[in-house]
Amino acid sequence: MYQSIFTSMKRHQIYLQGIKDVLPLNIPVALFGMFYAVLCIELGFSAYFAMGTSLIIFAGGSQLIFITLLTAGAVPWVIFGSVIMNNSRNFLYGAVFSKYIEKKSRIWKIVLSFFLTDQCFAVSNNYLKKNYKNKFAHYHMLGSGMTVWVIWQLSNLVGIWLGDIMSDQLSLNFFVAITFLALIAKDLGKLDHFLVILLSATCSLIFYNLPLKAYVIVAAIAGISLAYLINTKFKKLIR
Amino acid sequence: MNIWTYTIIIGVLTFLSRYVVTAYANTKTYSETTKKVLSYVPSAVFPSLIFPAVFYHNTNFEIYNYEVLAFVFALIAAYFSKNILVTVIVGLLSYIAIIFMI
Repeated sequence: MYQSIFTSMKRHQIYLQGIKDVLPLNIPVALFGMFYAVLCIELGFSAYFAMGTSLIIFAGGSQLIFITLLTAGAVPWVIFGSVIMNNSRNFLYGAVFSKYIEKKSRIWKIVLSFFLTDQCFAVSNNYLKKNYKNKFAHYHMLGSGMTVWVIWQLSNLVGIWLGDIMSDQLSLNFFVAITFLALIAKDLGKLDHFLVILLSATCSLIFYNLPLKAYVIVAAIAGISLAYLINTKFKKLIR
Repeated sequence: MNIWTYTIIIGVLTFLSRYVVTAYANTKTYSETTKKVLSYVPSAVFPSLIFPAVFYHNTNFEIYNYEVLAFVFALIAAYFSKNILVTVIVGLLSYIAIIFMI
């Protein structure tokens, strides 16, 4: 009995740690969520549609692409193609996470995959790297993922209620950008990571105007290829 | 096509992109090099979520704008504090201050 109380406390603590770690990243998520709902209404969609897309899709970037392309009258394959390209980075996140949850049941894999957002990946990857031997480590991912989900839905509701309160001058993408800057900051001082970041940043800027938002995966593939080269041919660069 | 049909298809596509590799990758076949290279995923993916948002306005590349200036402040905060909350707050406040002051 003591054992079960102890383990359930551990689970509870790890879950709470996930919530705590992901909270700072939710400031831009909340702003983006409100903006998304406001934009939906402005484009003539119903409040049910704004909430429905967030509940079913739960991916800010894909939702934004969807409503803007749909309003622009894009054909279905362009909409689906753009969404797939935008989501392609999830394959890389999956490749990293799979080693942490490979022994978990199918239900766990389905639940954790549903909550796998950029923010969840960012903080739980850091945690799991250090604590993968703990059999409850995946509760961190559950905590961070569910937090982003709740904040996203609530901010959508607030956006629907408050209407157009967002200033046109503020770039919401910029808010998202600075949270991810904070996440890679600790690696900027390492030469190998710095070179990968520099190449990926340069590629994303050069290829930004490619169709279907392909710049994200082009930059990621370039960065990963360089990481492979560094780890096979130029190991001296790793410190 | 009905907008709800679109929504459900996009929901399924998004879920599959998160689920397929997470659930079915055979990590036992990962070589040591693959494991090391995968540790670079944040460094390879996050810059494309950061830099275009700072340097692009719609489809135009801009080297000098409010975002770039605020980004420099956030970068300094990120590098020295290595703290997410500090970076977010410095970035947000400097961005809002720059917009209202300039």
